[in-house]
Parts: sequence; C-alpha cells; structure tokens
Amino acid sequence: METYYDPKDLGSFAEIGKDAPELAGKFFDYYNEVFAEGELSEREKALIALAVAHTVQCPYCIDAYTRACLEKGSHLGEMTEALHVVTAIRGGASLVHGVQMRKIAEKLSL
Amino acid sequence: MSATMENAAPESFRQRLARHELSLERDETRALQVNVGLVCNLSCGHCHLEAGPARSEMMERPVMDQVIAAAARLPFAVIDVTGGAPELVPELPYLLRGLAPHTQRLIVRTNLVVLEGERGKPLMELYRDLGCVLVASLPASNQAQTDAQRGAGVWERSMAALKQLNALGYGMPESPLELDLVSNPSGAFLPAPQLEAREKFRRDLARRHGVSFHNLYTFANAPLGRFRHFLERSGNLEAYLERLASGFNPCTVSGVMCRSQLSVDWTGRLYDCDFHLSRGIDMGGEERFLRELTELPAPGTPIPAADHCYACTVGAGFT
Repeated sequence: METYYDPKDLGSFAEIGKDAPELAGKFFDYYNEVFAEGELSEREKALIALAVAHTVQCPYCIDAYTRACLEKGSHLGEMTEALHVVTAIRGGASLVHGVQMRKIAEKLSL
Repeated sequence: MSATMENAAPESFRQRLARHELSLERDETRALQVNVGLVCNLSCGHCHLEAGPARSEMMERPVMDQVIAAAARLPFAVIDVTGGAPELVPELPYLLRGLAPHTQRLIVRTNLVVLEGERGKPLMELYRDLGCVLVASLPASNQAQTDAQRGAGVWERSMAALKQLNALGYGMPESPLELDLVSNPSGAFLPAPQLEAREKFRRDLARRHGVSFHNLYTFANAPLGRFRHFLERSGNLEAYLERLASGFNPCTVSGVMCRSQLSVDWTGRLYDCDFHLSRGIDMGGEERFLRELTELPAPGTPIPAADHCYACTVGAGFT
C-alpha cells in the first residue's frame, strides 16, 4: 500500500543535502553536536528527543529515538515516564489557557 | 523473514576484513573457556546455544580430567567456566577444585537463579573458598526487560541470589570476592555503552534493591541459536544483521576475545570462541581436542571468520 511514510526513508535523510549541501552540513554538524555527551548524558538527551518526537508526532523520530533510548540503556518504564512529562506539559498548555477563557468570559458576562 | 546471514548481510565478514586489509588471527592465548554443557534451568531468548532444561549435553569426569590436565600443562592465566548452567553439572565442584591451583583467575558464569535453595548454598561457599570470580547474567536493571529475556519471575529470584552473594562478601566494595554482571540486550538492539550502563546499573540496583557488584560488561547478541529464531519470527533479522554489519569498527578486530582464548566443549573439542562452538566451527578450522594440545596455538594462527563475528566488532566492540 502506498503511504507518505516509509521507514526505509529514514536511512535516506542525508540526501536532503544534495541540493543545499552547505545548509545540510551545518544542520547535521549542529545536530550531532547537540546529541553528544555534554552537561546532559547521551541517554538523557535521547529520552528528551523521544518525548519531543511524540509531541511533534514525527514517525521517523519516534522510530529512531525508541531504538536510541534502548541502546543508551533506558528501559520502557523510563521511556513511558518521559512521554508522560511531555503529555503533561502539552495538556497543561491547553488547560492553562483556560485562564484566558475565564478572563474573557468574565469580561463579557454580566 | 528467513534470509540467511550470507544473503541478508550486505557483505560477508570475511570480505569486510579483506576490504580493510585485516585478518583474524591469534594473539597470545591466555584464556580457556570451558563449556560444561547445555543443560540449563532457564531458556533465555537471547541464548546462542539454545541451552535449556531439555538439553542433556553435560561434561563428565573423564573430560574434566582432560581439562584439568591441560590447565596443569598449559599456561592459562584465566579459566572461564560456562554453560548452560554450570551448577547443574553434578561434577562441577570436582572440576573447580581441580582447576583452581592452575590459574590466576578462575571464573564461573552463573544465571543466579540456579543458586537458590539447597543446591546454591554449598556451591556459593565453594566459590568463595576457591576464590572464584563470579560473572552473573543480568540483562537489565529492571524487572520487565529481565523477565522478557530470561523468563517470568527471574528478576525477583536474581535479586534474591545477588543479595545472598553480597552477604557472603561477593561484589562488596573493597571485597576481593569479585562479582561482575553481564548484560545482553533484551531485544533486537545493541547494548548501551559499557561505562554508562555500569553506572546506571550500579545506581538502580543500589537504590532500589541494596545490591552491590564490581564490574558490568555489555555484549551484543549474536544472531545465532534461539536469538536468531526470535529475529526471524519477529521480522527483525534483516535489519539486525544490517545494523551489525554497518556498525563494523575495524579498530575492534585487534581486541576480539577469540584472539586470546580457546573454547572447549563438554566432549573436549576445541573452538576459537563460544559462538563458533554453537555453529560447530572448529579451532583453526580443523577438529581437535584439548587432550591433544601440547602447546598453545602460536600467535598468527588463523581463526576462521564467520558472519556472526560482526556481533563482536560493532561499535566500540566486545571483548
């Protein structure tokens, strides 16, 4: 069945540099630097990436960072907790706008 | 998915070595790995030997005598007893007592749960009295991944065994009774870097279970035996083989374990490593037995390369 998403396309990501190599080079250099061990460990960074991948709903990123998390030594319990962190923030971001709703409703109402 | 290693991997291990102008050959042989049999109380999903309760292969006293005699005449700095579950071999204490005087480092690999109950106590005391190094299998620092690989309930029983070993002095800081852990991934992915994994295990096991150990070694699963069946069944074989092959690191070839160890099975037959043993690939490509060995193989002796060797040369490599 034809689909916009093919898991094998992830392996072709570097081809994005074919028509804009300098920009792609800068992006991939930056990307690799970001995920290198720093103040945060590579394992912690992969957990953040996995969680963010779910909020931006990128199937490629979910595929890549599920594997990366397992290979950095995280287990499913930790990975699931990371998803709940971004879910809480995402849900909270909706809910906290209820304050706006309440202020506007109060202003409009008798 | 039923592709074989040869047609699924993009390039055979032998070809890959040739392309990098490398060869697989012996360095100084320092270690003897003794596989005392395939009988085991567990049937772990990653086991390249497909050990389990239904297996009957087991080393008996005449072959043990040959192993002990070889240890006396050949200078093995390390002797590493593995299985299956060595503890299920009735004559294990005889073998260990015979080997201990002939090596600086006598290692016993244990699955931990085999040490519970009446069988375990005298064995643990024997290990302590002989100064054996214990290398215990523990794939993860959590229950779900451990039980997924090794069977339901194994995590709880492993923690109980580790606490018993700690109580005997094994794995405690400053204790000479060395207790190391070995972690193989519980699935079709590569292991975490060893140092990071060690610190995470140390933190998790100490904080949640009060368990202490010395070192942790991580190993990639070889696409052989029961693990290969899992890869085929789950549709992961092709991607896993590709991952091993694409992660080939030429710098690891000089340090792979087969360069410095011999492996002998329960019949006394020799191999270059335990993975070759599982495939029946003889030491140096020729059937030989430990009892015939009058000297250790010379440095430079060729080692047969096979595609499962990619499991030892991926990433930082596994020695």
